[in-house]
Amino acid sequence: MPSSSGEDFYQLRLYVAGQTARSQAVLRNLKAICERHLQGKYRIEVVDLLVNPQLARGDQIFALPTLVRQLPPPVKKIIGDLSNVERVLVGLDLRTLPRGARP
Amino acid sequence: MAKARTQAQVKTPPKIKTLSKAPTGIAGLDELTRGGLPRGRPTLVSGRAGCGKSVLGLEFLVRGAAQFGEPGVIVSFEETVEELATNVASFGFDLDDLVAQGKLVLEFVSVERHEIEETGEYNLDGLFVRLAHAIESVGAKRVLLDTIESLFAGLTNLAILRAELRRLFRWLKSKGLTVIITGEQGEGTLTRQGLEEYVSDCVIALNVQLNHHVATRMMRVVKYRGSGHGSDEYPFIITEKGILVMPITSLGLAHAASTERISSGNPALDEMLGGEGYFRGSSVLVSGTSGTGKTSIAVYLVDAACRRGERCMYFAFEESPAQLLRNMRSIGLDLEPYVKKGLLRIEATRPSLFGLEMHLASSFRAIEEFDPAVVVVDPITDFVALGSSYEVRSMMTRLVDHLKSRGITALMTSLSAGRSVHSDDDVGISSLIDTWVLVQLIEVAGERNRGVSVLKSRGMAHSNQIREFTLGPDGMKVIAAYRGPQGFLSGSARQAQQDADEVAGAKRGAR
Repeated sequence: MPSSSGEDFYQLRLYVAGQTARSQAVLRNLKAICERHLQGKYRIEVVDLLVNPQLARGDQIFALPTLVRQLPPPVKKIIGDLSNVERVLVGLDLRTLPRGARP
Repeated sequence: MAKARTQAQVKTPPKIKTLSKAPTGIAGLDELTRGGLPRGRPTLVSGRAGCGKSVLGLEFLVRGAAQFGEPGVIVSFEETVEELATNVASFGFDLDDLVAQGKLVLEFVSVERHEIEETGEYNLDGLFVRLAHAIESVGAKRVLLDTIESLFAGLTNLAILRAELRRLFRWLKSKGLTVIITGEQGEGTLTRQGLEEYVSDCVIALNVQLNHHVATRMMRVVKYRGSGHGSDEYPFIITEKGILVMPITSLGLAHAASTERISSGNPALDEMLGGEGYFRGSSVLVSGTSGTGKTSIAVYLVDAACRRGERCMYFAFEESPAQLLRNMRSIGLDLEPYVKKGLLRIEATRPSLFGLEMHLASSFRAIEEFDPAVVVVDPITDFVALGSSYEVRSMMTRLVDHLKSRGITALMTSLSAGRSVHSDDDVGISSLIDTWVLVQLIEVAGERNRGVSVLKSRGMAHSNQIREFTLGPDGMKVIAAYRGPQGFLSGSARQAQQDADEVAGAKRGAR
């Protein structure tokens, strides 16, 4: 999978449970990563499962918070508070790891 | 004529506080657990792949919704919604219909390792939210989590996972939900991931054993906090109506004993049986070497019962129904009208086709459906090849027990190997049965004639004589024992002696 060419548009959906300090922190983390690595070619949609629990089924959400990369395909799921930036980038396919490494 | 049905009484000791149980509706399991699974608590079902744990879980939920008015949520981590529907249809329920009626909700949770990247702290609130939503949407009382091990396969952070599972089970308990969790059996541990540390109220272990090339499923209630339970391993099968467990009936030997007598179908044979025939609800064994007439004796009983309008079930293991009917016509018995009227049902299979448990299970099922007054098993000897003598005897004990507890008169035929038959009936069940009729071939003066005797018959004064009996186009005739100066006579020797005696009598002017 080639790393970001800067041409792809990223459609991202962040699932959280309620507007808590925690979910705000996750959103902040996400925005920071997107600003740094996606150069504006992205759109973030936040889904609060406490408001719309029925939406958990469609994207197969079981852990929170979960970030779903809907575009570009294929769909990728990243769970956790996004504090580990390296893993987020791997998850979003923005950076491939050196061969053999697995943090 | 009304059938006399006897019900055995179950004595339970008085309990101070009873644990509330959720009935499973699964044949035999409610007996095993004395009422069902613990209500409002989680039950762990462990076993290797293919042992039936998903089926057990599904059946508990489906029956809960369809039979007991308890809606449920099925959370499947491995099977999709379509696969679940097919699975459920295989034991006779329409999952889509139950969902449409709002009695069940299906949640397929996909946890694919390669799709997931763990990037920091998280919890399983997504699952909680889905579950809560599903539970609320149908007012669920039961939940199935099949199989929670998938979470372990998909997620690497064990600390989070274990903490969340603990939280999940506490939460489910707080909602008063009766939950079944399935887990993969580990090497030396109950489950691979140690689920038993979270779920310890009730644990059921399933496994598949291979015996004499036949696979037998076994179930064991390993633990049931707060309740007595059958603790042995019990065989079970999965039929088109779901799981069927066959515990040795917990009634022990508390069968009621009927004093009613039913005719064997032959007045002379009845005479040998204390003058009236068999006790209703008793078990009869008819043994003898090949061709001695055991089947004929069995069929005479069937004929007499059907004449009275009683239903009979005939398990034939050596003859096809057509063969049986034809052979009986040759001795003047036409069973076909009874078959047509639905009074006689003939079930014919080769024992070697299935294992012992399958046989027992399908017999129980057939008997349940048909509700006969008389059951014939002809012959039982074919089962000997299917298992160890312990297993065969165990199966026969359960069969005889089951029939007795339902007040069904059972007649079993047994093929004896050798010519001298007294001590060895080949299956070792002579102590289980009430009446033992022996048919044998007697060789006298160059002829082989048939003789019948009653070796034992509990509760009645039975004849100790060997009487000659013949089978011909006009039926089975049991002739009074004829003693000549040299002893018991049969066949042409008897005829000769009878003629000689008549002549002597006439000469003496007696008669």
